Amino acid sequence: MKLKGRIWKFGSDVDTDAIISARYLNQSDPKVLAKHVMEDERPEFPQKVRKGDMLLAEKNFGCGSSREHAPLALKAAGISCIVAKSFARIFYRNGLNLGLPLLESSEASEMIREGDQIRVNLTTGEIFNLTQKKKFFAKPIPTFMQELIKDGGLIRHLRKSSRLPEKKRF
Amino acid sequence: MRKALITFAPCPMPYAPCPMLHIRKKNMKAKHPMTITEKILAAHAGKKRVCPGELLNVRIDLTLANDITAPLAIKAFNEIGAKKVFHRDRVVLVPDHFTPAKDILSAEQCQVLRKFAKSQHLTHFFEIGQCGIEHALLPEKGLVLPGEVAVGADSHTCTYGALGAFSTGVGSTDLGAAMATGRLWFKVPESIQFIYYGKINPWVSGKDLILFTIGAIGVDGALYQAMEFCGETIQRLSMASRLTMANMAIEAGAKNGIIEPDEITLQFIQPRAKRPFRIYQSDKEAHYAGVKEYNTSKIHPQVALPHLPSKVKDVREIGKTEIDQVIIGSCTNGHLDDLRVAAKILKGRKIAPSLRLIIIPATQEIYRQALKEGFLDIFLLAGAVISPPTCGPCLGGHMGVLAEGERALATTNRNFRGRMGHVQSEVYLSGPAVAAASAVKGRICHPEEVVKKG
Ligand code: SF4
Repeated sequence: MKLKGRIWKFGSDVDTDAIISARYLNQSDPKVLAKHVMEDERPEFPQKVRKGDMLLAEKNFGCGSSREHAPLALKAAGISCIVAKSFARIFYRNGLNLGLPLLESSEASEMIREGDQIRVNLTTGEIFNLTQKKKFFAKPIPTFMQELIKDGGLIRHLRKSSRLPEKKRF
Repeated sequence: MRKALITFAPCPMPYAPCPMLHIRKKNMKAKHPMTITEKILAAHAGKKRVCPGELLNVRIDLTLANDITAPLAIKAFNEIGAKKVFHRDRVVLVPDHFTPAKDILSAEQCQVLRKFAKSQHLTHFFEIGQCGIEHALLPEKGLVLPGEVAVGADSHTCTYGALGAFSTGVGSTDLGAAMATGRLWFKVPESIQFIYYGKINPWVSGKDLILFTIGAIGVDGALYQAMEFCGETIQRLSMASRLTMANMAIEAGAKNGIIEPDEITLQFIQPRAKRPFRIYQSDKEAHYAGVKEYNTSKIHPQVALPHLPSKVKDVREIGKTEIDQVIIGSCTNGHLDDLRVAAKILKGRKIAPSLRLIIIPATQEIYRQALKEGFLDIFLLAGAVISPPTCGPCLGGHMGVLAEGERALATTNRNFRGRMGHVQSEVYLSGPAVAAASAVKGRICHPEEVVKKG
């Protein structure tokens, strides 16, 4: 599974309040959440983010609350993949459950720059920086998690594997 | 030219070969020593022994969701195609974040919970008036017991580790699956042992110990791991202080925080428990990924500076920091013990005229007890406002949101940028003693500046 996108770069310990503030959590409409995603961290982000863009962060991305609204907002805003040095535990689980690919690589996190074009191969964990012509490797996502991402998250995966009729989620 | 870099980043859920292997090899009859966390997970996966890194399909004793996370969990539950929850006594819904409903959208979220609770005949849906902040309410009602596995769509679900349970936060999709099946997969975490010894200084509580610890190891110091709190100091610690410590394990990135049950636990839990429970203890030879020891006689009241719970300082090193608002409450420090400490300091005193003090008893029962013991009168006379039980300002919801440039000192657990309101506001974290004393002074101070002897 291959993805291509432009990088938005963030620092360490980006918390879930920064991803989506609690002031928008009196509802859970992904479209509304996407309009405010990352706005406290980078006010221009919700307007400028394009479908397929990727996030790059340092350590402990998504720390703090368990709000699934955080990965949901990023996904709804068009983010196709997040590469970081490390992820907070609940965010990691939530991301994969929603079908948002997350990759861990220290080198990629350090070397890739804002605006670089990246190609990611989820099967091999290969991260190719098309702008700088450099290659990095993240630990590949386990096969069953890849299935999950391909199916669009845990629920769709569960429905598919139990042969239940597909229902539109969002 | 630079060569392409090949790197193998650590797996976020690393698999480590069982550290106990050599012991077993030496003596096949020898027991497989395990930590309390490993034992509870093994028992819930129907296994005799488990090792860190192992993937388990775990039986869940209790699931929890609130007015923010339950609507998405219920959606997931329906989308799975589930018709009935796995057990109507074991699926708990607590509308506590934006309640009493702060606006129409919040009211509609609560409605989703109410309808679901009704249609599924849930035993434990807590309407306001019987409600409270989930992580104070569940222990109080005896809904989580030692040796159990609890998951909640709220990161501070790790609080119940104070009772000797394995409990951890998950997202709404996971929770929807758990509500439907009563099971969830987990990777067995490695455990780190935190040993506290020595005397406890005046005005120091569990909050100061956990802030100190997070300051020492950082916000990802226990990422994916279990924090096991032990040592003579912990054995002397009240249940409220233990709950506070386990509550903030997530602030160090931990999967769970846990304390072995003892006399104090049993005194707390026995009158509340409505079903049998089991006590687990770590084996002496159990393997730990690390051991940290702290001499508590060197720990004084602590304060976390904006914008991370790990930016911790001794309160005496803070310097002159004036504040606009003090909040005493939350799942971390809204217990009766916390209000008692605050009342001791505020008795016969007035808060600084430049400042607002908001006090939020964490549950209806705590509110009632505080009223009975005269704390509420002390607070009102001091110039505080008392809120009904709610998360309220802790997450910038309502009941005391901050304006641009304002600075608050709160007994809550997170001080991320914008957590309590405007993105240009600041949150400092402390225990109830420092919070109450600082409310009197108008600036962050050691309680001894207000009260001579603790
Ligand atoms: S009091 Fe604060 S930290 Fe605790 S559950 Fe409520 S919002 Fe979360």
